[in-house]
Amino acid sequence: MSKITTKNLNLWYGSFHALKDVNLSFYEKKITAIIGPSGCGKSTLLRVFNRMNDLVEGVKVEGDVLIDNEPICGTGVCDLVKLRKKVGMVFQRPNPFPLSVYENIVFGLRVHDLAVKKDYDKIVYESLNSVLLWDDLKDRLRKSALSLSLEQKQRLCIARTIAVKPDIVLMDEPCSALDPQATARIEELMRELKNSYTIVIVTHNMQQAARVSEDTGFMLLGELIEFARTEDIFTRPQDKRTEDYITGRYG
Amino acid sequence: MRIRLFKEFIIEKLIFLSGIASILFVILIFVFLLKEGLSFFKEINLFKFISGKHWYPISEPEQFGILPMILGSLLVTLGAIIFAVPLSIGAAFYISEVAPGKIKDILKAGIEMLAAIPSVVLGFIGMITLVPLVKNVLHLPTGLTAFSGSIMLGLMSMPTIISISEDAINAVPKSYKEGALALGATRWQAMYRVTIYAALPGIIAASMLGIGRVIGETMAVMMITGNAAVIPHTFFQPVRTLTATIAAEMGETVYGSMHYYSLFAIGIILFIITFIINITADMVLHRKHK
Repeated sequence: MSKITTKNLNLWYGSFHALKDVNLSFYEKKITAIIGPSGCGKSTLLRVFNRMNDLVEGVKVEGDVLIDNEPICGTGVCDLVKLRKKVGMVFQRPNPFPLSVYENIVFGLRVHDLAVKKDYDKIVYESLNSVLLWDDLKDRLRKSALSLSLEQKQRLCIARTIAVKPDIVLMDEPCSALDPQATARIEELMRELKNSYTIVIVTHNMQQAARVSEDTGFMLLGELIEFARTEDIFTRPQDKRTEDYITGRYG
Repeated sequence: MRIRLFKEFIIEKLIFLSGIASILFVILIFVFLLKEGLSFFKEINLFKFISGKHWYPISEPEQFGILPMILGSLLVTLGAIIFAVPLSIGAAFYISEVAPGKIKDILKAGIEMLAAIPSVVLGFIGMITLVPLVKNVLHLPTGLTAFSGSIMLGLMSMPTIISISEDAINAVPKSYKEGALALGATRWQAMYRVTIYAALPGIIAASMLGIGRVIGETMAVMMITGNAAVIPHTFFQPVRTLTATIAAEMGETVYGSMHYYSLFAIGIILFIITFIINITADMVLHRKHK
């Protein structure tokens, strides 16, 4: 079933046309990768789904974005808080807050008033456990999250995101700051999380897209050139530009 | 070739001199203070000086107790902190996180203007506006009180606290705020749940520097606080600060008298207080960079 759908999505930063008539559907409980060279609009596209582009001055969006067949910002004022509870995001550079590990996880719970205080411990355990951090950090819950390793920080950010039980997790090049071993372990984690969440990952690492995703979209200069099952994109690209990109002729 | 080398040598030495000038001046000032003040402590015990309740420097027998002035300074400073710190932090957050571009520029210019007003002018304005107001609104026998002094000094410390806090808030990585917003926090929640923690060392240091300025301020407090060297029991009575004592009495002392030296001894105490505050601020700022 289609989880996210866009119809004739256009986006401008001032006069720069960053997304051009993007039409696509992401499917539930799958990993969809968006690949393309730097500046092709893949991060911009990702940030449309949780409206993070709103922070940029002079941004203009046209067209429809549907999540569960409902427009994310239908009539009237957009309820960003509700949207972002449903659509979590993991960033390129791990960005744990300068608070304790524990406070990082319960941040979303406090913000959304999701649970009573006595359930916090349980949720912290579950969240850390599902990103395989519990054993490492169970004795360091009160320590600052800034003292963790890069990989642990990124795992913590994922744990923090899933603590509020979103439907969709957006990942903006989540491994680009990590070494290959850590990358492999985060990818393993993504495959596990797929059972519970719809994951959209933006990456400029084609091998990563090939390894973890079921569907892949290829973007170039703001256009969605091709969108298909990952193995088809990488073995039988329909468009010449896709073929040139995945064979490394540019990018 | 030789001329060029000579030039380099001269320039290098000149820059070196400018570099150590500030520390040299501090050392000279301290040495001078010690030289003039220490002979005082040969006659009067330091503990007695600090804890004495009466300041009668020219009566017979003379009494040198600066406890009323220490308490006066602390009271005025405390009041100024309570008034200025929350207001300044709020202003810093407004300027760096909320205000649109144009208002931001106007506010920043306004704060610089506030910093540029000479303290004697602020003291004068306080004397003819704030003091009668305090007197009439609170039905006090006089408006020359610690409370009035605190408000005026708070105003004077605000530019320091605001601009340094604002720098600290601006230096908070954008990714923290983005992360908080992406989790569904509102702008306000992102501010008070995340940004303020990241900026806290800078904000604390800013407040400490503001406090340093308040403790050392003389002219305005002298004009507004009433200058009664008695131990204050409430905020709403006249007090005298350490600085005002030196400024008011230095002109009337006999050179070389005990009274003369006692003022230098007060200077030493003040120097030590501000030194401790600055060191603390420095340590807090440094911890942030580690």
